[in-house]
Amino acid sequence: MKVALFIPCYIDQFYPQVGIATLQLLEKLGCEVAFPLQQTCCGQPMANSGFASLSKGCDINFVENFSGFDYIVAPSGSCVLHVKEHLKDESHPEEAKKIRNSIYELTEFLTDVLKVETINTRFPHKVGLHNSCHGQRGLALSSMTERMLPEFSKPEQLLSMVKGIQLSKPKRNDECCGFGGTFCVFEEAVSVKMGKDRIKEHDANEIEYITGGDTSCLMHLEGILKRQGSKVKTIHIAEILNSSL
Amino acid sequence: MKTTHAALAEKFIADEPRTDWHDETLWFVREKRDKAAHGLPEWEQLREWGSQIKNHTLSNLYNYLKEFEEKAVANGIKVHWAADGDEHNKIIHEIIRKHNIQKIVKSKSMLTEECHLNEYLQEHGIEVVDTDLGERIVQFRKEPPSHIVLPAIHLKKEDVSATFHEHLGTEKGNNDPQYLTEAARQHLRDKFVQSQLAITGVNFAVAETGGFVVCTNEGNADMGAHTAPVHIACMGFEKIIPKAEHLSVFLRLLARSATGQPITTYSSHFHKPRPNQEMHIVLVDNGRSRQLGREDFRNSLKCIRCAACFNTCPVYRRSGGHSYHTAVAGPIGSILNPNLDMKANADLPFASTLCGSCTNVCPVKINIHEQLWKWRQVIAAEGYVATSKKIGMKGMDFLLSKPKVYRFAGKMGRWMIRIVPFVVNNKLNVWYKQREMPEPPKESFRDWYLKNGKTNKK
Amino acid sequence: MSAREKILNTIAINQPELTALPLIDRNALIRYEDVYAQFKTVLESIGGKVELVQDITELKEQLIADKASGNFVVNTIAALGDVDDQVVSFTASELEKLEKAYIKGTVGVAENGAVWIYESQMVNRLLPFICQHLIVVIDKKDIVPTMHQAYDSIDVAKEGFGAFIAGPSKTADIEQSLVIGAHGARSATIYVIE
Repeated sequence: MKVALFIPCYIDQFYPQVGIATLQLLEKLGCEVAFPLQQTCCGQPMANSGFASLSKGCDINFVENFSGFDYIVAPSGSCVLHVKEHLKDESHPEEAKKIRNSIYELTEFLTDVLKVETINTRFPHKVGLHNSCHGQRGLALSSMTERMLPEFSKPEQLLSMVKGIQLSKPKRNDECCGFGGTFCVFEEAVSVKMGKDRIKEHDANEIEYITGGDTSCLMHLEGILKRQGSKVKTIHIAEILNSSL
Repeated sequence: MKTTHAALAEKFIADEPRTDWHDETLWFVREKRDKAAHGLPEWEQLREWGSQIKNHTLSNLYNYLKEFEEKAVANGIKVHWAADGDEHNKIIHEIIRKHNIQKIVKSKSMLTEECHLNEYLQEHGIEVVDTDLGERIVQFRKEPPSHIVLPAIHLKKEDVSATFHEHLGTEKGNNDPQYLTEAARQHLRDKFVQSQLAITGVNFAVAETGGFVVCTNEGNADMGAHTAPVHIACMGFEKIIPKAEHLSVFLRLLARSATGQPITTYSSHFHKPRPNQEMHIVLVDNGRSRQLGREDFRNSLKCIRCAACFNTCPVYRRSGGHSYHTAVAGPIGSILNPNLDMKANADLPFASTLCGSCTNVCPVKINIHEQLWKWRQVIAAEGYVATSKKIGMKGMDFLLSKPKVYRFAGKMGRWMIRIVPFVVNNKLNVWYKQREMPEPPKESFRDWYLKNGKTNKK
Repeated sequence: MSAREKILNTIAINQPELTALPLIDRNALIRYEDVYAQFKTVLESIGGKVELVQDITELKEQLIADKASGNFVVNTIAALGDVDDQVVSFTASELEKLEKAYIKGTVGVAENGAVWIYESQMVNRLLPFICQHLIVVIDKKDIVPTMHQAYDSIDVAKEGFGAFIAGPSKTADIEQSLVIGAHGARSATIYVIE
């Protein structure tokens, strides 16, 4: 199984440990992982700001880097959703289509493709799970409180395999944290208020960590936590799943 | 400078306890909606039926509107067509003038808000009394409604008490909702009994019967419509549905989605005027036929105005309806209003994190968050975003689409910190105002990978 | 060109290709073991009162007592006694003092507690709305599970007006606090005849 690792730009630049954990985890689980070296960004920041027309360069570069793999895996629901919904390459439409259909967010890759049932890992901490919207509602990584359908959660399924973890959910289990891409600066006041409200609900559970599948949401929450002087840390789900492998 | 959602929201949030209260109050409505929907095993099927009936209706709108008109006229109703808000207002004004009407009561109609009917009539010296309790409250305060179902949801009972003390002479400081509602009841009963004209909205109009349905909890639409010698019902033409049996689907969806009630108290079906009563229907376009032609946006016309998307929207709950500076606020307003005036409402599709909750609660399955994304593309293409933002985006593209440039900028450290303020054209770093920046690591993932990636394998 | 032509022409050009209406699969609908019990539970949860009566004649005494109280009470049900036909032409100011109205309903809906009432049953359209207290009488056999069956058993266009009424008038426009008795009836009692 040839798996290409897609590490979104902000993870590459700011959170290399998330990329490392993802790579190590996939390799431990038996994947042959390639990291295409000329990759940059999926183009989402421009597209979500109304400039999808300007993300052509990113699209072309993405197709160049990620053609020819069985699977493409990334530790970000948001970037994966963007590629799935919007990747286009006029000169290589077939390749672009294949990528759109074979790109996976990390947790869904573990539960649906690798069908992981046990993970030998320990993380003896109180952890609150943040459901990121693009992963949850966009990629259907878990059931949604708005929909009247059976309950499930791919991230929770994986976290329940971790020894020693005490997992808790905030009162509003799938409310947005307010990151929202460039929303976080163009609508700064609402963005921060939303983040503060998420943190308040996690605080009520007396947790040590907030985890999730999207580093962007975690970066936003981390920024607020640090400003508050909170002891609560953020950690990507890949880091927990890889913690003592 | 233009007042944008972001600026108005910031003002709203400045009072944090009140923002929390507003958020909690609307979340409570969302929870009631969840409970009501959970009560029906066929809920998701019902949404699908609702969606399909509306899709079908939009695809056969020409015939259904003609059928409706024909049947309504045969029922003795006078049918008017208005191409825009101004025509709508003039039609109503003309009826008022013809009958020399002085006393007018109006039940809730978001269409008349959209057309600014009250302001229009006021300019011509005619007073309209809004009779929905929430609307009467905001009317006293000279404010627009902040929510299409709960017009005064931005106000606390202390605010209402002060307003009623001033306008209705209620006891100062008596904040009891029961007492305040009773005062409004007495005040408005007088208005109903004296009314010469009742204006109502329309929730659904039935093509096969030429009738229309008005839903209220208070009974104010009925109190007016069955009293006044003239009744004018105003509707956007998308309120049409093919058959009476389809009402079952929509009445099951509407109140559950709106407030978590199994049905509104009154679902009144009007088909003919009373003896000696005059009944009018004004069918309004006001941009709707244009929206019908926009493939990406036409299904916004399926909306039944339940406001479930308002109540679930984390941005709406924390910014209040007035921050949307339009008659219809919230997520649905943000995809309807750019069609009415793209330039004035260019900010609205950006007042969302695209979390998708709105789409999930919509009883007729409008893909609201996807349309928000698409409006952003249209608005940017039409040039209605700040030039600085456009330059910033071009800069980002330059940086992010070229691997070497990207890596060089990364090495320079903190490229994001450099870009972000650049994008918003602000000397201050907006992120940093209330959030710390991530600490830049020693090396990027790629640098680490080149050193350790290959040898990491067993 | 008139507004009508302008609107219809634009719609003709802009409307999408015809799509099909869905088939409403009645097997997908919720079923209740006891539609009366469901009707009562729901209606009471939204502020209404429900009482089971063996025979409509049981209500006769109540009507007589109500009328004797000196309050303005109107009966529109022949099976209960004389019908107050004269209210058909009453104006709002005449009906404003109406304390109580007895009205027959056609169908009750278990899922939401609503009762369909035709204009002919109201006698005057204003009656069920302007009265302080509303009494509705329905037959137990006329309670159906959902709105789908309800619309099957009525003809909405048969008369000039008709309404589903579910409980008393209410509002929650002040801070979402529920207040019963906004503009319409302050109470709604449904007598279900066995």
